[in-house]
Amino acid sequence: MTETTTALVPYEDATTRYDTVIGIEVHVELGTRSKMFCPAPAVFGEEANTSVSPVSLGLPGALPVVNEAAVEYAIRIGLALNCEIAETCRFARKNYFYPDIPKNYQISQYDEPIAHDGWLDVELEDGTVFRVEIERAHLEEDAGKNTHVGGSAGRIHGAEYSLVDYNRAGIPLVEIVTRPITGAGERAPEVARAYVQTLRDIFRALEVSEARMERGNVRADVNVSLRPAPDAPFGTRTETKNVNSFRSIERAVRFEVSRQAAVLDAGGSVTQETRHFHEDTGETTSGRVKSDSEDYRYFPEPDLVPLAPSREWVEEIRASLPELPAARRRRLQSEWGFADSQMRDVVNAGALDIIVETVAAGAPPAAARKWWMGELARTANERGVALAELPVTPAHVAELQSLVDAGRINDKLARQALEGVLAGEGTPSQVVESRGLEVVSDDGALLAAVDEALAAQPDVVEKIRSGNQGPVGAIIGAVMKATRGQADAARVRELVLQRVGEG
Amino acid sequence: MPTLDRNEVARVAALARIDLTDAELDRLADELQVIVASVEKVSEVATPDVPATSHPLPLVNTMRADVPEAPLAIADVLAGAPESEDGKFLVPQILGEDA
Amino acid sequence: MSAELPRRSAAELAALLASGETSSVELTQAHLDRIAAVDDAVAAFLHVDAEGALAAAAETDRRRAAGEELPELAGVPIAVKDVVVTKGLPTTAGSKILEGWVPPYDATLVERLRAAGLPILGKTNMDEFAMGSSTEFSAYGPTRNPWDLERIPGGSGGGSAAAVAAFEAPLAIGTDTGGSIRQPGAVTGTVGAKPTYGGISRYGLIAMASSLDQAGPVTRTVLDAALLHELIGGHDPRDATSLPDPLGPLAAAAREGATGELKGVRVGVVAELGGEGYQSGVRDRFAESIELLRGAGAEIVEVHCPSFEYALAAYYLIMPAEASSNLAKFDGMRFGLRVEPSDGPVTAERVMAATRGAGFGDEVKRRVILGTYALSAGYYDAYYGSAQKVRTLIQRDLATAFTQADVLVSPTAPTTAFRFGEKLDDPLAMYLNDVATIPANLAGIPGISVPNGLAEDGLPTGFQVLAPAREDARVYRVAAALETLLESTWGGSILDRAPELEVAP
Repeated sequence: MTETTTALVPYEDATTRYDTVIGIEVHVELGTRSKMFCPAPAVFGEEANTSVSPVSLGLPGALPVVNEAAVEYAIRIGLALNCEIAETCRFARKNYFYPDIPKNYQISQYDEPIAHDGWLDVELEDGTVFRVEIERAHLEEDAGKNTHVGGSAGRIHGAEYSLVDYNRAGIPLVEIVTRPITGAGERAPEVARAYVQTLRDIFRALEVSEARMERGNVRADVNVSLRPAPDAPFGTRTETKNVNSFRSIERAVRFEVSRQAAVLDAGGSVTQETRHFHEDTGETTSGRVKSDSEDYRYFPEPDLVPLAPSREWVEEIRASLPELPAARRRRLQSEWGFADSQMRDVVNAGALDIIVETVAAGAPPAAARKWWMGELARTANERGVALAELPVTPAHVAELQSLVDAGRINDKLARQALEGVLAGEGTPSQVVESRGLEVVSDDGALLAAVDEALAAQPDVVEKIRSGNQGPVGAIIGAVMKATRGQADAARVRELVLQRVGEG
Repeated sequence: MPTLDRNEVARVAALARIDLTDAELDRLADELQVIVASVEKVSEVATPDVPATSHPLPLVNTMRADVPEAPLAIADVLAGAPESEDGKFLVPQILGEDA
Repeated sequence: MSAELPRRSAAELAALLASGETSSVELTQAHLDRIAAVDDAVAAFLHVDAEGALAAAAETDRRRAAGEELPELAGVPIAVKDVVVTKGLPTTAGSKILEGWVPPYDATLVERLRAAGLPILGKTNMDEFAMGSSTEFSAYGPTRNPWDLERIPGGSGGGSAAAVAAFEAPLAIGTDTGGSIRQPGAVTGTVGAKPTYGGISRYGLIAMASSLDQAGPVTRTVLDAALLHELIGGHDPRDATSLPDPLGPLAAAAREGATGELKGVRVGVVAELGGEGYQSGVRDRFAESIELLRGAGAEIVEVHCPSFEYALAAYYLIMPAEASSNLAKFDGMRFGLRVEPSDGPVTAERVMAATRGAGFGDEVKRRVILGTYALSAGYYDAYYGSAQKVRTLIQRDLATAFTQADVLVSPTAPTTAFRFGEKLDDPLAMYLNDVATIPANLAGIPGISVPNGLAEDGLPTGFQVLAPAREDARVYRVAAALETLLESTWGGSILDRAPELEVAP
């Protein structure tokens, strides 16, 4: 079943001849305390099958009851995605046999999702905004976990089996399905990645999930199809599962585009199938062929009564929604007065929150940005760590800037002070003190230095007097050197001119 | 109207994961054909203007608070298991398992 | 005294317990003795739990002696249909696929029985997964009608009805999806009631058709049924379909009805039920019962429910469809029977199919396949979807009928108890047994069957009373009235005329 060498068309080439259409299904595990349909704890430890009830184990006679918090979280998500919240909706049974779903049906929602017809604006790294249309978001329950045991070579009787743990069975999920995403063209991989990242940020802001892709809290399936032109009908799509990181989403889309282009170029047709993404190679391979497992025989779940969220409740939830990441970014940008490119750089560097804290600690936004995106970003890079991991706090940076603003240190001295803080010598004030980095503000001392410098270059005085301002810089430079940079250059200039003017 | 013939019964039995002997297939096909013919008449009165009733009594919004309760003891969970290992249910190999 | 105790009604036994004239242990032992004496012949029980029942009885006696206030039925023993999950007691649903399965939890109604101190004598026989009208489809052999051991006791709850009819238990629990409490009641001369849908919790009932199933009382008197219904019924937060409303005074309604006074009550005779296809003795007894009610002051009207013509068809689409999904969990993976295929690779999929092929009986296979078909792609609208519409029409017809009458009545079943094997060759003939009982399940309304005489063949017939949803009290009142009127003409209970069962040596 393994393909030997997969024919690929280079990505850039493929996108000149084919238009990419993608669709993304995201499942998010809700961070409720109990499961979707039973009170077994949703948080559990390592030991298998220690968090199941008769309901989540699918025992005969057990009945589901809806978790109110899960419904509220689903509505929060729907509202954040600008969806309509259903006036009334029912659950449905999705019937199929598989050892990880204890009842051999999953309780989900079929043609009546709790939220539908929404959209999400996704910002790409270069600032382009792409609107993704959301078809629906619905509630359902998660399955248990199968662990395959035994060698995969040869099917010897009894040599292979699976071990099933139902701890995860019944955990609440919200599934979000996009409409076909058209018009992204060669940027489709980026859009896919950015979409899932944006969703993740929203889930965290809404506090409906820890939303860690690497933990499986957020799972993405990516659908890709190609067509010869943007106005041509949709091509056959493949669905790629097991895409476990943002980067993988981008890679998976790229690979599928390359692969499908090669198939189409050769005159073949793309097989509609589920594919599997491989982290190590960045490739997708053919997965389980969906035959009659497609016939899910959906019917309304008779054990659950319809949900009819009142408009009052929905508005209450809407009013309680926190500021969403995109809105927050816009507000901060406006408050801080940053240009689009500056804001983008900050966001892309992951420095947003740290700058917020620095501003809260008293620093002017521009200064906060300067330090974090400049000196500190460079240092973090060199050390191979994140900004937040540096031994410098937002409070430190604010303090540093306040020293500069008070004129006690200049920019160059500030950098030295920062070095000291990074080295663990203490707070900026402490470092300035201990290293003696304060700007010389005593005019007397400065004049002495000015006089010395002027005396050392007597011809300069004449040049300045005759209107040539250039040599002033030389004198200032000499004074700065003499004071080890601890003079305020502007004040030195004043004094030089004053001295020269005194004749 | 489609008929529930032997092939169809075989297809549906596979969908329902029930092994049937040839004799059972034959007998079932006959019996089910008769039953299906007799129940087909519901479509006579099931006109588009009649809404479907999925729940006999019109209750809505029955939910429970998000309060966890003690789960089943592991011994109880595994007590009925045909086979288990390491606290998990041991099931035969699953075909089409994603590697 | 002991030998007579099993002949008494539950209410009478409760009174004896309250007055101290007997103890729960004595009572329970008396019933265990009766079971030992006759159950070889009747085969009502799949499992008898003497030890557990006596321990529970002793505990109730202790609580009573300590002065604890107990519910009226405390200490009265009861049998439970084997479709209800009982912790620590095997629960098979009459199927081989659950042979030996011991549940780790109790159904809500069982919790309520235990909390109230009723000793559970054991689990009673039934058609496999409640699919049947004769208990012939039990994987463990049939139960026999105490009136004639060569005849069926009805189904699917034949075990509970036979146990009560044979005086092996004064009370039993049954479940009713299309008549499985009421029809056995009719053919065994006992009382069986189905509550308003949602009136009694389904948590712990091994599901057949989720939108139709209800548990209910199986007894010898209407008052006993009302008392039991009150004890186990009412809202259960673990069943999302259970009614939030309080039950209403059911025992009081039964006592009121027992005065035999029905002035002002409009009784609607359903034209579509009780005509052609109904045995002559059944029709005669029904007509006589109507006259009795009229004599008691009831106004008799005729009502029409034309959609009832489609009820059986709709039922035999909805029920198998839901059942096919509910029975999917029986696959040999987590509990119950596991069978490996005799040849070829041993995969999960093949083990599931082999297990279900070996573990399910013929009727179950019929219905699961029919139900899977009715739901499958391309057929949903014509079958399941259409059947759900018929449900709407039935509810509408009943709503109209209930503007003309306070209760609706009909014979419970078209025939008396038939002989074993008589209807096994023709599934449709078997299904026709439920034609009068099915509409109540489809609509979710309450119904009761009360014995109303013997047909020309000397076998019991039943009279069915239906009421609007949530009006279970009406059903008990009218049934109790008829019971009083009939028993006064009979000079006793119908069961006085049942043949004496041979007692095992």
